Amino acid sequence: MNHISQFVWLIPVLPLIGFLANGLGRNYLSKSVAGFMGSGVVLGSFVLSLLVFMQVQSGVTMNLHYFNFIQINEGITIGFDYKIDQLSALFLLIITGIGFLIHLYSTAYMHEESGKDFAKYFAYLNLFVFSMLLLVMGANYIILFIGWEGVGLCSYLLIGYWYKNNHYTDAAKKAFIMNRIGDLGFLLAVFWLIAKIGTIQYDEVFNAANLSRLSAFDISGITLLLFVGATGKSAQIPLYTWLPDAMAGPTPVSALIHAATMVTAGIYMIARSNALFSLAHHTQTIIAVVGLATALLAASIAIKQNDIKKILAYSTVSQLGFMFLALGTGNYVAAVFHVLTHAFFKALMFLGSGSVIHAMGGEQDIRKMGGLHKHMKVTSITFLIGCIAISGIPGFSGFFSKDEILAGAFSHHIALYGVALFTALLTAFYMFRLYILAFTGSFRGTQDQAHHLHESPAAMTIPLTILAILSIVGGYVGVPEALGGHHALATYLSPVVPSAEHALSHQTEYALMGLSTVLVIGAIAFAWFRFKGNQAEGPATGFGKILENKWYVDELYEKIIVQPLKKTASFLQSILENKVIDGFVNGVGKAVNYGSRQLRWLQSGQVGAYILLMVIGMLVLFIIQLFL
Amino acid sequence: MDIQAYIALSLTLFTIGVVGVLTRRNAIIIFMCVELMLNAVNLLLVAFSKMHALSPTAKALPTYASDAQIFVFFIMVVAAAEVSVGLAIIVMMYRNIHSVDVNFLNRLKN
Repeated sequence: MNHISQFVWLIPVLPLIGFLANGLGRNYLSKSVAGFMGSGVVLGSFVLSLLVFMQVQSGVTMNLHYFNFIQINEGITIGFDYKIDQLSALFLLIITGIGFLIHLYSTAYMHEESGKDFAKYFAYLNLFVFSMLLLVMGANYIILFIGWEGVGLCSYLLIGYWYKNNHYTDAAKKAFIMNRIGDLGFLLAVFWLIAKIGTIQYDEVFNAANLSRLSAFDISGITLLLFVGATGKSAQIPLYTWLPDAMAGPTPVSALIHAATMVTAGIYMIARSNALFSLAHHTQTIIAVVGLATALLAASIAIKQNDIKKILAYSTVSQLGFMFLALGTGNYVAAVFHVLTHAFFKALMFLGSGSVIHAMGGEQDIRKMGGLHKHMKVTSITFLIGCIAISGIPGFSGFFSKDEILAGAFSHHIALYGVALFTALLTAFYMFRLYILAFTGSFRGTQDQAHHLHESPAAMTIPLTILAILSIVGGYVGVPEALGGHHALATYLSPVVPSAEHALSHQTEYALMGLSTVLVIGAIAFAWFRFKGNQAEGPATGFGKILENKWYVDELYEKIIVQPLKKTASFLQSILENKVIDGFVNGVGKAVNYGSRQLRWLQSGQVGAYILLMVIGMLVLFIIQLFL
Repeated sequence: MDIQAYIALSLTLFTIGVVGVLTRRNAIIIFMCVELMLNAVNLLLVAFSKMHALSPTAKALPTYASDAQIFVFFIMVVAAAEVSVGLAIIVMMYRNIHSVDVNFLNRLKN
C-alpha cells in the first residue's frame, strides 16, 4: 500500500488549520506571521498534492473512506469519502498551486490593511481553498456540495471583504443569492438521484447498471438541474451577473475566484458527471448553446468596458462559456484542458491588473492609464504574455486548448464553430484593447499618480513570472496529434474522462488552426491601429452604448424579478400586514376594550344598584324555581 | 289558622322591606326596613314551626318542634345587638357629616 494515501486527508485540513489559526488569532498575530502561515499551509497542501499527483500518474487511484456522514435507516449511507483519481488530482494541483501563488502575492498586495483585517483576509482565503479542495476530493455529490456551499460562502465573505462600502456588500449579497439559485437546482438533482437509484457515490451512480435504471426523462431532468447548479457557480446565462460584480473584492480574490477555484467548480462537476451527461443529448445541446451564448454576450460586453477588472471579469465569463461549449459538445477533455490553461493566464492577468492597480494607487479605469510599460516592465511583459495566451496565438497555452474546443465545435456543428470563432476574435480584440490602452502610449493619469508609478515588490512579481512561464508552456501537455503531439492530458485523463471522438482529418485541423490564427492576428492588428494613439473613445452611442451598459441585463433582471418582488412585498406589507394582520390584532384589543366599557356600569360603586341587581337575581331564581 | 295567610303577610312585610332598602336614602329608614325583613323571616319561621308541630311525624322528635321558636329568640337577640351597633354607626355618621343620606357616603368609590 502506498504511504501517500495516509496523508491525503491533510490536503484540505492544512488550509482549514490555517483558517482557524488566522481566524481565531487575528487580534494577536502579526502580519508577517499571518501571511506566512496563510501561504505556508497552502504550500504544504501543494506539496502533498504534487506527491498525490505523481502517485495518480503512475496509475494508482484512491478511494478513501473516513466515516459515515449521513446514515438513514440502513437504507442510504452517505460516507465522508474522498476520491483521488486523475481528474481530482489535476484539480488539486491547479487549486493549491495557483492558490499558493495568489496567497504569496496577497502578502504584498494586502500589506496596507491593518493586522486584524490582514489575518481575517488570509483566514477567508484559506477557508476558500479548503472548501474548493473538499469540492474536488469528495467521492459523492454531498461532499462536493459541502465544498460547493463553502466556496459560495467564502466568495460572499471575500467579495464583501471591504464591508464598510455598501456597494461592495451589495455585490457580495448578489453573488451569494445568485449562487443559491443555482444551488437549489443542484440539490434537486441530488435528491432526484437518491430517489431513483438510492446512491450518490460517483462510482455507484456512473456504473452502467445504475444508469440503465434511469429513464431518459430522469437523465434529462437530473443533468438539466445539475447544469442549473453549474450556471450559478460557473457564471453562465442567466446567473452570470454576479461575477463581474464580484470585482468588488480585493484583486487577488478575483484571481482566486476566477482562475483557480469557484468558477471551475461547475466545469469540474459536469466533467466528473460525464457518464450522465453523455446520455443526455438534449441537455448537452442546451449546455453548448448556453455556453456559446454566454461566451459571445460576455465578450461583446468586455469590448466596451473601461474598468480593467471588469474587462477581465467578462473575459472570464466568456472563457467559461467556451468551457461549457466544450462540455456541451462532449469534449470534456478540452474543457478540463481549458480550465487548466485558463487558470494560468487568467490568474496571471488578474494578478497583473492587481499590480497595475497597486501602482496606480487604486485607479482601475484604463482610460486614465497608458504608458505603464516604461514603469513596470515585469508586469507589462507578463501581462502581454497573458493576453497572447488568451487570444490563442500559436505556441502559447491558450492556443492549444481553445483550438481543441473550436475543433470540437466544428465537428459538431458549423454554426457553433462560426460563433465560437467570432467570440475568439472578440477576445483577442478586447484583451489587446486593454493592453494597448493601459501599457502603451503616454500616461493619462494625474501628476501624483505619475510620480507614484513603480514596479511592484518581488512577492508580487515572482508569482507573475511563474504564471507567465506556465501560460506559455502549460499548453504543451495537450498538443494535438495533428501537430505531432500525443495529447498527454487526454491520455492522463482517459480513465475518468473519455476523449472526444475527433472525426476531423489533420488537413481540416490545420485549416481551422490557420484560419483562427490569421483572424486572431488580424483582430489584434485591428486593435493596435484602433487604439495605438490612445485616442479617447467618445461617449458611446447606439450599439456601443448597449454594450457599455452590459446589454441592460441587470436592469432587465431589476425590472422582471426585483421590481415585481418588491411590489408584491409592499402589497403584502400595506394590505396584508397593515390591514389584515394588524386589523385582527387591534380588533381583539378593541373588542375587549368595548366589552369592558359596556360592562363597566355594573361596577358603579352604588350600593343601591348592587342590591337592586341582587334582588333581581333572587327574583329570577325564584321564578325559575317556581315556574320552570 | 291557614298557613297561606302567614306567608302572605310575611311576603308583604319582606317586600316592603326590600323596596324600602332599595328606594330610601335615609340610613335610619333603610335600617328599619332591614329590621322589617328580618322580622318577616322570623314570622315565617314561627308560623312554619307551628304548622310542623301539628303534623304527626313531628311528635316523634325529641325537641317537639320547638327548634324554630328557639331559633327566632336567638335571631332577636343577635338583631338587638346588631341594631345597637348599627344605630351607633348612624349616630357617629350624623356627628361627622351632619347627614344620614347613604348616597352621600360613597367616598370609598375610586
